[in-house]
Amino acid sequence: MSETLTKLPALVPEPVELPGHLAQLRAEVREFLAAERAAGKWTPGADVWLSGWDAEFSKRLGARGWLGMTIPTEYGGQGRTALDRYVVTEELLAAGAPVAAHWVADRQIGPSLMRFGTEEQRRKFLPGIARGEIYFGIGMSEPDSGSDLASVRTRADRVDGGWEMTGTKVWTSGAHHAHAFFALVRTSPKDENNRHAGLSQFLVELDRPGITIRPIPLLTGAHHFNEVVFDHVFIPDEMVFGELSSGWAQVTGELAFERSGPERFLSTFPLLASLVGELGKASDVDAGTRREIGALVSRLWTLRRMSLAVAGALESGEAPELAAALVKDLGTRYENEIVDASRLLVDIPPDPGAEPGFARLLAEAVQHAPGFTLRGGTNEVLRGIVARGMGLR
Amino acid sequence: MSSELRELAESVFVDAYDRDAVGLDTDLWKTCEQTGLARMTLPESAGGSEGTLADAAALLEAAGAHAARVPLAETDLLGGWLAHAAGLDVPDGPLVAVAADLDVAADGTVSGTLPRVPWGRAVSTVVVLTGARVVVLSPSALTVHEGTNVAEEPRDTLVASGATPLAAGDAPDGAAEELALRAALGRSLLLAGAARGALARSIGYAGERVQFGRPIAKFQAVQQQLAEAGSEVAAAAAASAAAARTASDRGFADDATTFAIAAAKSRCGASATAVARIAHQVHGAIGFTREHDLRLTTTRLWAWRDEDGNDSYWNGVVGTRALNAGPDGLWPLVTGTP
Repeated sequence: MSETLTKLPALVPEPVELPGHLAQLRAEVREFLAAERAAGKWTPGADVWLSGWDAEFSKRLGARGWLGMTIPTEYGGQGRTALDRYVVTEELLAAGAPVAAHWVADRQIGPSLMRFGTEEQRRKFLPGIARGEIYFGIGMSEPDSGSDLASVRTRADRVDGGWEMTGTKVWTSGAHHAHAFFALVRTSPKDENNRHAGLSQFLVELDRPGITIRPIPLLTGAHHFNEVVFDHVFIPDEMVFGELSSGWAQVTGELAFERSGPERFLSTFPLLASLVGELGKASDVDAGTRREIGALVSRLWTLRRMSLAVAGALESGEAPELAAALVKDLGTRYENEIVDASRLLVDIPPDPGAEPGFARLLAEAVQHAPGFTLRGGTNEVLRGIVARGMGLR
Repeated sequence: MSSELRELAESVFVDAYDRDAVGLDTDLWKTCEQTGLARMTLPESAGGSEGTLADAAALLEAAGAHAARVPLAETDLLGGWLAHAAGLDVPDGPLVAVAADLDVAADGTVSGTLPRVPWGRAVSTVVVLTGARVVVLSPSALTVHEGTNVAEEPRDTLVASGATPLAAGDAPDGAAEELALRAALGRSLLLAGAARGALARSIGYAGERVQFGRPIAKFQAVQQQLAEAGSEVAAAAAASAAAARTASDRGFADDATTFAIAAAKSRCGASATAVARIAHQVHGAIGFTREHDLRLTTTRLWAWRDEDGNDSYWNGVVGTRALNAGPDGLWPLVTGTP
């Protein structure tokens, strides 16, 4: 037994305590959010990082210095740590605030530009991202390429002064509002012996000639997803992102950032809070119900500690891909558990047309639930990553 | 915990590993005493190593992973702590502490029953919290009715009939609450370790066992199961380590510590259930036999999840706090920042 034990990798990084000065930041964010809610500027929602598009709110956050927090000050950011950003982000999500407009730009594009971007690209985009004025989408999936991302067929061919891009990207959240996205495309023909070679990333401004953006309505009819079609779109050389043919390594290197954040277990937190409110209306809550709430809250507390541990490891320069995959698997299943418990612990049907409150949050959560365990890598793919990390593949 | 200390603990437990033995491992206990592992958090004056709760946490996790047959949590976190906190000399040897309602006569002798005392037959002394008093009893002065948990660990019922305590003192404030929290924290850490042990054993077995012409580790269905177990092991590790950290930073009297330990014991209990189920499913029939040593960790998962408050008990503690906090107080409760 002892030999096998020592072979097992650490599954989760060491626990992290947030530095004391972040309590002040957290208090400021809470105060700001409470004032916004009191002024009726928005209504708490479920799955706000997909559905809560509110450019004005994003600009107000930018004005407070709460976007692009890890971007250095010379590029318009705050030069703060990833843990500072974590605190702001989790407070926004827990409050159900409308964060979708800046979401991808703040979470992903900013850090990626700092890692792979040219000086010109940084100057062009980072200040606007930090102000909450420039929004991004992600151009990875394609009609025949979801979890099997290496099978992308959109290609860019060399032309004078740049590249000509042809193909189709799908599931691009917010492309109809966004200024740009980054696209993973094929820049040399597919090699069946090395499927990950020949992929490159480009920064694509979405107002270029030859780009068509079409809505893909959600099952509710709401418009968040889009199909983005490129028909011989010219992309200048200066918009190549990172190294040519290094697209795969760049994309997968970012996954630990994308997979372990608080959005992977807080999408339905406003519903849980509302459930606690509904239950509190009764004079006495029976022991069984109390325990079910306790089980949900214990899991939530644990997930947050796991997610924080990953954030702490990222901050110290590690790339805990295994831990990030496993936090996302547990966290996104947990988001669904909240939906089920909410349905069963009170007898209130979901109602998308109700006044803000439990019935409406339940409807939003029920209707968005399928996405939780799909986006950013399906849970089956994530478990494959965990299995590989544990030496099974 | 320093990596040297962690390595020391692992190597001591690996050397002591014996798949067929039951009851107190006296050799291992001696080694723990000689290396300073036995009284990790106690002060030097009490024969302790003056380590932190984080040190104790890593030690207990390792003990759980290797199914070590020594009462480390009972001696250091419970018996040693309670005797010391009551201003008494900390007795030598393995210890345990329990809360019970004993009758204390005018002459100081005590009578009553201590049900299912962990390692009762094997400890040098039992430190009993009874009301506002702490009394130290020798098992030799008690009637011992031997029993076990489902992992064959001693859980003995001790009966005192006019027993004379070796020492007695006043209990510190909040002793009952703190004793329960310490027990649940220690148990959570042991559970996290046992879950890791069962997972490692299962991964090893899946790589060796060939069916349909290949190791069962190559089947996606098996991989997905073990990945789920991996998530559960990670959750138990994170929850128990974070609870130890909170207790270390804030002390046991802080409500944030109560919340953290309650949440951790609940989460570790849920992990125990999932990991034991998956470990046995992956092992097939052989893991269900006495000859196979998977049972050393899975039976401990089954035993420990229900000791020192099961998931349901601690969920009640967490749920009550959540409902009292209300919709606006729930998030501050979870983050520990009101």
